[in-house]
Amino acid sequence: MASSEVSRHLLFPSHGAMKTPCMPSQMDDEQIQTKDNIRSLTMSGHVGFESLPDQLVNRSIQQGFCFNILCVGETGIGKSTLIDTLFNTNFEDQESSHFYPNVRLKAQTYELQESNVQLKLTIVNTVGFGDQINKEESYQPIVNYIDAQFEAYLQEELKIKRSLFNYHDSRIHVCLYFISPTGHSLKTLDLLTMKILDSKVNIIPVIAKADAISKSELQKFKIKLMSELVSNGVQIYQFPTDDETIAKINSSMNAHLPFAVVGSMDEVKVGNKMVKARQYPWGVVQVENENHCDFIKLREMLICTNMEDLREQTHTRHYELYRRFKLEELGFKDMGTENKPASVQEAYEAKRHEFYGERQKKEDEMKQMFVQRVKEKEVILKEAEKELQAKFEHLKRIHQEERMKLEEKRKLLEEEITAFAKKKATSEIYQNQSFLASGTRKDKDRKNSNFI
Amino acid sequence: MDPMRGSPSPCSSRPPSPRSPVCGEKLSSYVGIEAVLDQLKIKAMKMGFEFNIMVVGQSGLGKSTMVNTLFKSKVWKSSPQGLGGPTPQTLQLQSVTHVIEEKGVKLKLTVTDTPGFGDQINNDKCWDPILGYINEQYERYLQEEILITRQRHIPDTRVHCCVYFVPPTGHCLRPLDIEFLQRLCRAVNVVPVIARADSLTLEEREAFRQRIQHNLKMHRIDVYPQKCFDEEINDKLLNSKIRDRIPFAVVGADREHIVNGRCVLGRKTKWGIVEVENIAHCEFPLLRDLLIRSHLQDLKDITHNVHYENYRVLRLNESHSLPRGPGWVNLSPAPSGCPLLMHKPSKAHRRVQEDSDDD
Repeated sequence: MASSEVSRHLLFPSHGAMKTPCMPSQMDDEQIQTKDNIRSLTMSGHVGFESLPDQLVNRSIQQGFCFNILCVGETGIGKSTLIDTLFNTNFEDQESSHFYPNVRLKAQTYELQESNVQLKLTIVNTVGFGDQINKEESYQPIVNYIDAQFEAYLQEELKIKRSLFNYHDSRIHVCLYFISPTGHSLKTLDLLTMKILDSKVNIIPVIAKADAISKSELQKFKIKLMSELVSNGVQIYQFPTDDETIAKINSSMNAHLPFAVVGSMDEVKVGNKMVKARQYPWGVVQVENENHCDFIKLREMLICTNMEDLREQTHTRHYELYRRFKLEELGFKDMGTENKPASVQEAYEAKRHEFYGERQKKEDEMKQMFVQRVKEKEVILKEAEKELQAKFEHLKRIHQEERMKLEEKRKLLEEEITAFAKKKATSEIYQNQSFLASGTRKDKDRKNSNFI
Repeated sequence: MDPMRGSPSPCSSRPPSPRSPVCGEKLSSYVGIEAVLDQLKIKAMKMGFEFNIMVVGQSGLGKSTMVNTLFKSKVWKSSPQGLGGPTPQTLQLQSVTHVIEEKGVKLKLTVTDTPGFGDQINNDKCWDPILGYINEQYERYLQEEILITRQRHIPDTRVHCCVYFVPPTGHCLRPLDIEFLQRLCRAVNVVPVIARADSLTLEEREAFRQRIQHNLKMHRIDVYPQKCFDEEINDKLLNSKIRDRIPFAVVGADREHIVNGRCVLGRKTKWGIVEVENIAHCEFPLLRDLLIRSHLQDLKDITHNVHYENYRVLRLNESHSLPRGPGWVNLSPAPSGCPLLMHKPSKAHRRVQEDSDDD
């Protein structure tokens, strides 16, 4: 009945040394089917694995879904309003200021639930985009943020003890790029930012505040935008057309890109219902009216039809690109020397070895440098010591000399004093003698005077 | 319904983690999030499913017949060597891959048989080749996963479920069974079944089952569905019901007979026809439901999230536990068929000793 089969015979002796015969290499589905003619097995009855997709869906419902949107656009262009309208919830109230010195990203996570599907939605807004006078570094924070999310996932994936099924996936699945409705062409900042982001994230450009453009202008604007994007090689996200069920609608939507959207959470009475709309003196722009704007199309494409594909593209294309780039940067290769497939473990061990060696070298270098510096300092200090010593000696000598001089002077002085004392003594003696002599005379005089 | 704001996180080198989400905001009008379920289904149907099952047991217990009955087709083109020819001297693992389709769902089924298991006189270490095969599949997946340029969809050859056939002695588990189950439960999901249950009466089956459950508990053998992975209350209830009936007493048959005007699969004996799909006769439907209709995805998930991760941790830790320096081991991709966990350490030690001798 069953025509052919692929049988792999693996010979294992039941104990002792293991013989390892060469095995036919692992082939993937298409190859197996063409090369070895695995044909379908026909079953004679109902087995029951048609419930497999349901089992898969049940598991996904249990786990919950996760979706991350990045909104890039100038301040005041209507990003928050559009997100509110898309998910029909008032997420945030504040308007952001125009005076930030550089672009920041603000991420907020919400848990939404519709029937039995739980969605963890993360909205990342660029704050201050396009407000600076010098906009050269505007795109850098955005790129850094996206890379940081990839890096976090890569780190988790490379861990030894990891828990990927519990991991809250924060990688950006889609970037809504808001284009101002000038009606002419893309701004340079927009073109530059989109060109840089297109290899990192799925970009869906939207024309914001589309109620400012008339229908005819809109058509021309769209054509101009798409041609500019194409001519500059910007790869925006194309809705997938490989599955028949959604190919038709997706390809028709591809022709409507970029979507011209209007966002509003205000309700206006039109006819006999309350609809979301913007009221002007000249009329009411209804958000959910396909004739007025492409909001419904955007919601269809973004959420109802392609959410899963956006997530898959992020994981299999953008993340893999980042991963490959990062690992190659670290020096890992798939093919080692002699074209034998090198194991990442090997490369990792080699790298670790290398790093340890380098670290050891650096340690030694630093030790040496330290020792050297210590020696130099010692020399300097010794010299200083010597100098001090010399100075001290010098001073001592000077003091000695002065002291000697002083001593001499003192001696001289003492000699002079003694000489003087002697002189004084002798003069006193002379005086006494003369006094005595004169004393008598004086007495005589006095006596004489008395007699006078 | 004021949504709690997550903390604003400016861009920095550390990834800003969105914190404290709002719990369960119900959307008032249609947004379309639940359409993602359909998207999932479409994607799954397009990609197809893979399932790898391994049957282990002594020859003559009806493994191949059971597989044929499970998938209602002749999975094995011809009866494997064990039945017809002499007992094979070595334990051979034979794998067969088929693609079967039912109502648009494609399933790539791989069945691995182990003729010669437990047939030798000395059955010591007869589980080694099987463990080696299982580990080799994990190794293959790991090698694919750590490549720089990875494939979009890594082909999954890991064994998702191992059905172990217990011979219907009616007493209790034999030492061979216990040894094997103890080792294998740590590496793969094991579903034990009582083979050829038509040789036991219902009371004998119940008694046998009780004794086997007691044995399993005593030796701390954790068969599928494992208690520790029950998350939701519904799962717990369902799984505890299943655990009560493990091991299932099954009968395999691939011939059809007429009973009461209906065409059923069964074994015809002089005293009656044992209907395979009749729950009063044997528990084959329970096994089939467990494996295919309700728990297939769960089997794959546990294999991927638990057993494969355990293997990966072990494997990646090996390189760290080895001494650095001139004696570190060359971890090039292991040659196929070599049970790594058994031999890696000894190779490492030998080489370290050689180098230290050289020094």
